[in-house]
Amino acid sequence: MSVGEIAHIGRSTSRVDGRLKVTGQAHYAAEYPADDLLYGYIVGSTIATGRIASMDLDAARRFPGVVEIFTHENRGKAAWLDRSWRDEVAPPGRPFRPLQSDRILFDGQPVALIVAETFEVARDAASLVRIAYDVDAHCTELEAKRAEAYVPPKKRSGIPPPPDPRGDAEQAFQDAPVKISRDYRINAEHHNPMEMFATTCVFEGDGKLTIYDKTQGSQNAQGYVTSVFGLRSKDVRLINHYVGGAFGAGLRPQHQLFLAVMASLELERSVRVSLTRAQMFHIGYRPDNYHSVSLAADRDGRLQSIMHDAVASTSHYEDYQEAVVNWSGMMYHCDNVKLTYHLAKLDTATPCDMRAPGAAIGVTALECALDELSYELGIDPLEIRRINFASKDENTNKQFTSKALLECYSEGAAAFGWEKRSPKPRAMKEGRELIGWGVSTGMWDAFLQKAQATATLKVDGTLEVATAASDIGTGTWTILTQIGAEAFGLPLQDVQARIGDSTLPMSPVEGGSWTAASNGSAVQAACDAVKHSLFKHARKMANSPLADASFEDVEVRDRRIFRKDDPARGLSVFEVMHAAELPEITEQGKVSPNLRQMLKYISYTHSAVFAEVRVDEDLGVVRVTRVVCAAAAGKILNPKTARSQILGGVVMGIGMALHEEAMTDHRLGKIMNANLGEYHVPAHADIEDIEVIFVDEKDDKVSPLGVKGLGEIGIVGTASAVANAIFHATGVRVRDFPITIDKILNSPRPS
Amino acid sequence: MNRFEYIRPATVADAIAALNETAARALAGGTNLVDLMKYDVAQPSRLVDINRLPLKSIEITSGGALRIGALVTNTDLAWHPDVREKWPMLSSAILAGASPQLRNAATTGGNLMQRTRCYYFYDPSTACNKRQPGSGCSAIGGVNRIHAILGASDSCIAVHPSDMCVAMAALDASVEVEGPEGKRSIPMSGFHRLPGVEPERDNTLKVGELITSITIPEPDFGPYHTYLKIRDRLSYAFALISVAAALRVKEGIIQDVRIALGGVAHKPWRDSDAERSLKGERAGTQSFAQVADCILRDAKGQGDNDFKIELARRAIVRALEQAAAGTPQDQADKSIH
Repeated sequence: MSVGEIAHIGRSTSRVDGRLKVTGQAHYAAEYPADDLLYGYIVGSTIATGRIASMDLDAARRFPGVVEIFTHENRGKAAWLDRSWRDEVAPPGRPFRPLQSDRILFDGQPVALIVAETFEVARDAASLVRIAYDVDAHCTELEAKRAEAYVPPKKRSGIPPPPDPRGDAEQAFQDAPVKISRDYRINAEHHNPMEMFATTCVFEGDGKLTIYDKTQGSQNAQGYVTSVFGLRSKDVRLINHYVGGAFGAGLRPQHQLFLAVMASLELERSVRVSLTRAQMFHIGYRPDNYHSVSLAADRDGRLQSIMHDAVASTSHYEDYQEAVVNWSGMMYHCDNVKLTYHLAKLDTATPCDMRAPGAAIGVTALECALDELSYELGIDPLEIRRINFASKDENTNKQFTSKALLECYSEGAAAFGWEKRSPKPRAMKEGRELIGWGVSTGMWDAFLQKAQATATLKVDGTLEVATAASDIGTGTWTILTQIGAEAFGLPLQDVQARIGDSTLPMSPVEGGSWTAASNGSAVQAACDAVKHSLFKHARKMANSPLADASFEDVEVRDRRIFRKDDPARGLSVFEVMHAAELPEITEQGKVSPNLRQMLKYISYTHSAVFAEVRVDEDLGVVRVTRVVCAAAAGKILNPKTARSQILGGVVMGIGMALHEEAMTDHRLGKIMNANLGEYHVPAHADIEDIEVIFVDEKDDKVSPLGVKGLGEIGIVGTASAVANAIFHATGVRVRDFPITIDKILNSPRPS
Repeated sequence: MNRFEYIRPATVADAIAALNETAARALAGGTNLVDLMKYDVAQPSRLVDINRLPLKSIEITSGGALRIGALVTNTDLAWHPDVREKWPMLSSAILAGASPQLRNAATTGGNLMQRTRCYYFYDPSTACNKRQPGSGCSAIGGVNRIHAILGASDSCIAVHPSDMCVAMAALDASVEVEGPEGKRSIPMSGFHRLPGVEPERDNTLKVGELITSITIPEPDFGPYHTYLKIRDRLSYAFALISVAAALRVKEGIIQDVRIALGGVAHKPWRDSDAERSLKGERAGTQSFAQVADCILRDAKGQGDNDFKIELARRAIVRALEQAAAGTPQDQADKSIH
């Protein structure tokens, strides 16, 4: 391999943990063994609001194998102040405390924990618990609470509120020649990762706990445990080596973590608590939401006014917030913009970030509305997006660090064959099916968060890199290994990544698509520091061939440090470390956002999504036969795992467009389809061709690695592209997601 | 969940003896029953594991009929060469249902015995006359997108979820059962029942009776049939509407027709009056629409499922068009022709 050649970064690389996963050797939270392990099973409330009047636990207590039953009457000690319960990503409000009192706030709320010698006994005994409730009136229907919607008085940290209005959007709307005003609704969705939430709390006996938890942030969850239970940080280690998907549901500690730790501390034994699939519907969810979007343009298609109001559900105890409407102020150039965002309280659990929170819904509404406007104008839907290209973020007046969106449009359109599209709806048909093509823009933040890492070079020249990051299926194990291997010119098998452990160097929760950029850059910085240190030691050696070299002159590769201009002049890592009498060299790396740069610049990932649908109009059956997603995401570390991220996002977007829907019986305040048989996500048959394109985008400001992150951009714009394609196919505009058969049949067919 | 007795008889006679108790249940593939036990919906006193019984063969009788042992798996039945050749509608209906993994485990008899997918039936915290007689029906006025439009009662609006049974209804299958009082044969049309005031009873089996086989006469409609299933996603979802249709047409005139509907009622729905009305008519969209109207003349929506009436109408017409053309719907083809 020649000096300077890129070895690992940018190369398609299979997951380094793939073999462990498919052979069952990668352990998930509920799979760690422990001596004398007890199993907890959660009994959920069967009403939405009210109080527990009485509990009959006798039969369950007598059940052979039951060790203890915890309720609000005998729950173990925990912190008193709300702030002790607030995790890193908690919204303003009073965090939910399991088994705190007799008060019921939402259906399925944990009201008892049965702890038994086996899971089956615990579950069986749970069916014997009888609870009487004093029922209060509840409301789980957003429509009914829309009129009471309010601007959240306290902002959620990290979530920008809508920008102040600019220009005069209402007047501009009045004055413009072409305009539309439309309402959209996107039904509540539930994350439903494959792995259920679970915690195995190992009671180590000397006041220490080792906790295996399904979480997107080992340190966030560890901090929650120490704060809630008043434990010393050094006594609690939290491990999440492998996470079977999460989609945001694992950002905040879920009920089972508290319950497992509480039971473990009370019983002084190891305890495991797992949620069932049905119970997965009683935790955070993507809020139910309504949008009113008004757009106006001049006859050339230039936007004159954008108004976007959104109402989203939250719980009675927290003001969960997302950036929903902000996107409408920065995706396109427009001088007159008014964006508003309201919450409405429902008797549900607090919603929770779900893949591209805010953007997945807000952008969908905007992009459908823009599509509607394009037909009013008689301008190609892709062209109207080009016409209104925003060259800066007009919400903040900052420059983008990079924005290769026009390239996404052109490369995506070319791959899709957009130029062959007939502009009129209902113009393409094959057999019984009408064919439609739709497009949408997508946008998501490109964050860099504070993160730390260490790199350790061993005397044998192998490397270990460590940071408390999580891999929720995104490929973090792999890219960190690649970054280490790249830095030292090593094969992948000589680099060991360590993640998923609260004792490792500081990491934010794995969310917001920031892990690759943040933890990746921290690992790179740590590697650089090790190389510096290695160089220092090498130069100090007697008769060092590098004595007169500066750091810039040398390269580390294949377990050697040598001069770039004369690779023969160098030393082996072994020689250097042996001479320095070091078994290993460990250094730290840190990254944090460049605040000075952030005064002027802002970073986003962009995409253009093209979708083809075929609609059997008589039967209302929709098939998504092709999707092209062209993304501009800076440097792509691993095209293979990056592509998988986009594929997954697109599939989830198709689910948002056509399938995913929590069906709530508002009389009971209860989700009735709380299982994967009836809560539909796309099946294989629903997914056909998906092509992923990464357009070239150089960005030297977004992160030291030039990476933007890809976990979320794939879902943003997909649902709108599909909905826009359905309109193009049929002339029928459904503004209520998911677009199910009934909605197509019930929409008036254009004459 | 509850405590139950588990026994595994070696003979049909022993199985019948063991089943002769109101709360005893036969366990075959277990793809539905075990779930129901975990959800605390079913509480059998005794599980009679019949998997060792010699009921696993597929035979052609001397009269040319297909006899399917109760324990033949859905997969084995769907892919059996004789079934593919002579009873392709049956094969197609089975392949329209569930997933390969479930079909590998699920049996023919068990498919007949599977219970409704009504959301409320599965949630013991809600009222459900089928689960707990006399408690009421939460689905009426509730979330009822997948519920019945035909034959429902004030007690229950649940639907039978099977695809296979819909084809069997169209194919005039009969269910062979054996019980304490001996053997009997129940025509498919009389096996499942409408809910009436006893929705807890899905079928007309008596206590102690065991399904041993299903017999299906050889059909006489050649390639003029189809099984069309409309659902909320393109695989692994229960039917909103399904239609098993077969036609005999001579010189454009309908000689004979069979239409069975799934997803519309507490049982696979056949309407002999409507079928008769089509005989002698010219095959075509007009007559197909007429028969659809006739079948749905008493259809009643429950709110969320109102759309199913019009969807059923269109699906019947489309299915009859496919059958008349001799171009059955291929379940591997997600586009409906």
